[in-house]
Amino acid sequence: MYKYNDFDEAFVRERVAQFRGQVERRIDGSLTEDEFKPLRLMNGLYLQLHAYMLRVAVPYGTLNPTQMRQLAYIADRWDKGYGHFTTRQNIQYNWPKLDDVPDMLEALADVEMHALQTSGNTIRNVTADHFAGASADEIEDPRPVAELLRQWSTDHPEFQFLPRKFKIAVSGAKHDRAVTKAHDIGVRMVHNDAGEAGYEIIVGGGLGRTPMVGKVLRAFLPREELLAYCEAIVSVYNLLGRRDNKYKARIKITVHENGLETMQELVEARFEDIRKGFTGYDQELLKQIEGAFAPPAYVSKSSANFEAARLANPAFRSWADTNISAHKAPGYAIVSISIKKHGQTPGDATSHQMRVMADLAEKYGHSELRISHEQNVILPHVHQGDLLAVYTALREADLATANIGLVSDIIACPGMDYCALATARSIPIAQEIATRFDELKIEHEIGELKIKISGCINACGHHHVGHIGILGLDRAGVENYQITLGGDGTETTTIGTRAGPGFSADDIVPAIERLVTGYLDLRENADETFLQAYRRLGMEPFKAILYPAEDKANAA
Amino acid sequence: MPRAFTPKVITANALIAGDAVWFTADNRWSPKISEAEFITDEAHADLRLLEAQARQDEIAGAYLADAKQGPHGPEATHFREEFRTRGPSNYAHGKQVEL
Repeated sequence: MYKYNDFDEAFVRERVAQFRGQVERRIDGSLTEDEFKPLRLMNGLYLQLHAYMLRVAVPYGTLNPTQMRQLAYIADRWDKGYGHFTTRQNIQYNWPKLDDVPDMLEALADVEMHALQTSGNTIRNVTADHFAGASADEIEDPRPVAELLRQWSTDHPEFQFLPRKFKIAVSGAKHDRAVTKAHDIGVRMVHNDAGEAGYEIIVGGGLGRTPMVGKVLRAFLPREELLAYCEAIVSVYNLLGRRDNKYKARIKITVHENGLETMQELVEARFEDIRKGFTGYDQELLKQIEGAFAPPAYVSKSSANFEAARLANPAFRSWADTNISAHKAPGYAIVSISIKKHGQTPGDATSHQMRVMADLAEKYGHSELRISHEQNVILPHVHQGDLLAVYTALREADLATANIGLVSDIIACPGMDYCALATARSIPIAQEIATRFDELKIEHEIGELKIKISGCINACGHHHVGHIGILGLDRAGVENYQITLGGDGTETTTIGTRAGPGFSADDIVPAIERLVTGYLDLRENADETFLQAYRRLGMEPFKAILYPAEDKANAA
Repeated sequence: MPRAFTPKVITANALIAGDAVWFTADNRWSPKISEAEFITDEAHADLRLLEAQARQDEIAGAYLADAKQGPHGPEATHFREEFRTRGPSNYAHGKQVEL
């Protein structure tokens, strides 16, 4: 993976030193909170309901074991022994003390990590396919490009005060696992008719209070023009984006208000100017970066014990069938570690679990770990012959839940248990749904089903693209949960449709149970997923299941 | 017609620890809402908020929150403010175990 050069190292250290001084001045009273707030946000430090929260960037979701161990150390030394992995592949600490934060940032810098631009109206942490460099359907590893974008966007002098935050995702595979169509810019690697590799550039996607599916701004962009083109997009947005109303400030609204064609014209015109300034250094840099992402030295050995264990051990078979994905190298597998044991907080890992995962990555996984936007941890390169050993170690650390992609693999934002913006809680709803379906023992029978929960309209829990989305709201001082159906965050991105009136905190879990068991009766066969059944049948039969009393009232 | 004034407490986050605190009648910041000054007069609320906000080296983000009088002192009326008196629901962390 990418190693900091002298410039990166000096830059990150300098920012830590600056922030240390800013914290000292805040504590001694020379800075007011109004003065300090933008400074702390630039360093990823929020003030939440019960404490500060430090959001640490995990660039494109990639970690090495040393970094994961340091995250565990930080959790033990300055927090409460755990961390929360987020839908933007970051990690959040929920309990830091203000005067400890500079030391936490210093500890991050020791392992080439930071919390820069994880907040504020800047270009945020660049996210990528969590199976990057490993998946069988990949055209190219998206991480070198993501790293190039990260270097370009970090402290970019023109883009530190954008109209609003700006998120970029990169995918290098046929299947979109990076939700590129719900980002301000989505970069998808494609081939043109001549067989040349390049990018499809998607713009103006986003969730939040006005969800939009991104639109194709450029169907094929030659590889070497990516940075100049992205700079043109952000530059046009920086001038055109609205600053009068924060709810209308994201680029999705800029595209919507001005139209895609106008955006295309403006971006292409700006691009013609900007590209002259790019004389090829970025491509030299990209080459160096690519060297840092060379594939691991795969080994070739027997996978016989995998097949034998699969046949002999039903629990292992269930885990292997659910949590393993196809790898591009022969004999290898991608392991998704669920950090969503039934009843646990989605995305939380204890320091002990972090160390176990780091050890496994080192011993069996070519020293690579990934954080997925679905709030799980990935070991991208594990030989099939080592899967049983990995499973056994995961099981001892309570990390072997076989539920990837199933009803209990729920995305949930922190919600009102932590977040100052939230309008309702999301974590307890996720915990109750997972616990309930575990009791019913039907989640493997249900099959692929993505439930995503947000505790407010800002949609950090991606509820709009959940097959079942749940949005927690405050209705006259009471928590209320709205259900959306039919959302999809893949290459066929769709915004879910609201099913009807919301449910109380007590009624939402039974409603979800009714909906899912009702689907089992509606599906054509066991292979038809919830989303496929919804697409075939439309909203009505699902609505009738959700609101049975209303049905009767209408009939009467 | 302006909306009728409802009783308030002044709350904020402590500067270093970041936890929820409430402004008392004797100008302290208490971790317990029950010790907060119960404010029933709008003009007094505005003045007290200014005084609270001036204490920049102790707290961040002071604001007026709706409250009611309970048997042991002021209580929160909205669930958000109630959560701030306790801590999160997924772990035994925060005030529910610290106080």
